[in-house]
Amino acid sequence: MDEPLVDIKHLTVRFDDRPVVDRVSLTLYRGDIITIIGPNGAGKTTLIKAVLGIQAATSGHILRAKDLVIGYVPQHLSLESTLPLSIQRFMLLSGQPLAACIAALERTGVGHLLKASVHHLSGGEQQRLLLARALVRKPDLLVLDEPAQGVDINGQAALYDLIRQLRDELNCGVIMISHDLHLVMAATDKVICLNQHVCCSGHPADISHDPAFIETFGRPVAESLAVYHHHHNHSHDLSGNVVGTGHPGSATGHGECNHEHH
Amino acid sequence: MNIIDTVLNDFFWRALLGGFGVALIAGPLGCFVVWRRMAYFGDTLAHSALLGIALSFLFSIPLNLGVLITSVILAMALLLFSRNKTLATDTLLGILAHSALAIGLVALSFMPEVRIDLTGLLFGDLLAMNRNDLLWIYGGAVVILTLLSVLWRGLLMSTIHEELARVEGVPVERLRLLLMLMFALVIAVAMKMVGVLLITALLIIPAATARRLANTPEQMAALAVVFGFIAVAGGLSMSWYLDTPAGPSVVVTAFTTFLIVYGSAGRFSASSSA
Repeated sequence: MDEPLVDIKHLTVRFDDRPVVDRVSLTLYRGDIITIIGPNGAGKTTLIKAVLGIQAATSGHILRAKDLVIGYVPQHLSLESTLPLSIQRFMLLSGQPLAACIAALERTGVGHLLKASVHHLSGGEQQRLLLARALVRKPDLLVLDEPAQGVDINGQAALYDLIRQLRDELNCGVIMISHDLHLVMAATDKVICLNQHVCCSGHPADISHDPAFIETFGRPVAESLAVYHHHHNHSHDLSGNVVGTGHPGSATGHGECNHEHH
Repeated sequence: MNIIDTVLNDFFWRALLGGFGVALIAGPLGCFVVWRRMAYFGDTLAHSALLGIALSFLFSIPLNLGVLITSVILAMALLLFSRNKTLATDTLLGILAHSALAIGLVALSFMPEVRIDLTGLLFGDLLAMNRNDLLWIYGGAVVILTLLSVLWRGLLMSTIHEELARVEGVPVERLRLLLMLMFALVIAVAMKMVGVLLITALLIIPAATARRLANTPEQMAALAVVFGFIAVAGGLSMSWYLDTPAGPSVVVTAFTTFLIVYGSAGRFSASSSA
């Protein structure tokens, strides 16, 4: 249990002598959710590709737990429309039995799409399919690259919620990249702010006060996050109850949250 | 009279048999060309075949072998060059395709003692297919179909999502290399039939036709083989009765089938939705 799933030490990846990931160290244990945030070109995707083992390190090293099964949720499933493929077939290509595939699809809420073609999915359905595809392999480590991209705002909260539940059910570790700062702050245990190097890292509530964070994202963002997180602590089921169930006190919290969004 | 008939039948049947053999491998491989957008890549390899022929004469080795070696070398070169991203892949392919074709033509012009039928090389000479060619085609078919059936899941997975496949332990790079080698082989064996300039058509058109009717990747591959058979049979008959060149006739038949399938399937789906 105490053995880390992934242990990264001073990882550097250079493209054309330009460091894209610069001496990053990171340790992930079972049950952790680590979210990587950072501006465009900060090396987020390169870092998780290194974790996945599909990007070679220039220096430093990555230790993975023995027989680590990784479930990868890529940003998109950009498939040529010339390739006819049903969701069932896509799931079965994981090598897992049909019953497990159906169970995984149902768990992520797209069980009804089993016979559908992978080509005509909405953003949310596609992300849930990719999540099911990762899930069916019973991963020790779930790696997600902007899982909420192309998902509407209600769906985003539900998706991050689902990821958290899956972490509990599978007792796996989670590393994800996200741009949805507000949702990330609510859904994660540890945030790493990457700008080639680790500019700051820590618990979401603390990080928004970090000078390095404020420097990278600007004071307004940092302040809005601090405020948001505060409210989140006090109305935890707000994200689940967006459709106005008349939760007492949620009106002010919700209003202020919306305000801080803009 | 009877003897002449037998002889004619013989080379006609040989052509048909050879054409079917090529269709058998061009179907599933053509699907990968379509799925992975490798049409231009196929063209490049095919164009290099002419260079291979020139080299075969130079070193006096069998034509198929020379073509195979040249396309393998070119495929490797492409794989290496494409890692260096200074040039866009299509630019690189364009450079190599036409340079290989031009070098081949220039090299052949330096060998006046070699009497070859350039039209036959460029557009195919299906009716001149001999027993040795048949051996190459069916030998190639056995190798390619065996490889495809063994590697099918991995190839499909790396076509769908390369990085996902890699994370799941599919040897993506090795499979890409094998796929390229299979293309090189299909070009070496199909060159004589439809010619250097039309090979890609035989890979793409039946696969694209099959797409309209297929619901699974395997169905598409199987249907592509069927449409390949139709193209070969139709093209050969056309060549036989109308005295048209065999290779282009095969491609014309494939194209006609494509139009018919897309036309009628469109009408069908329009009427079923109405």
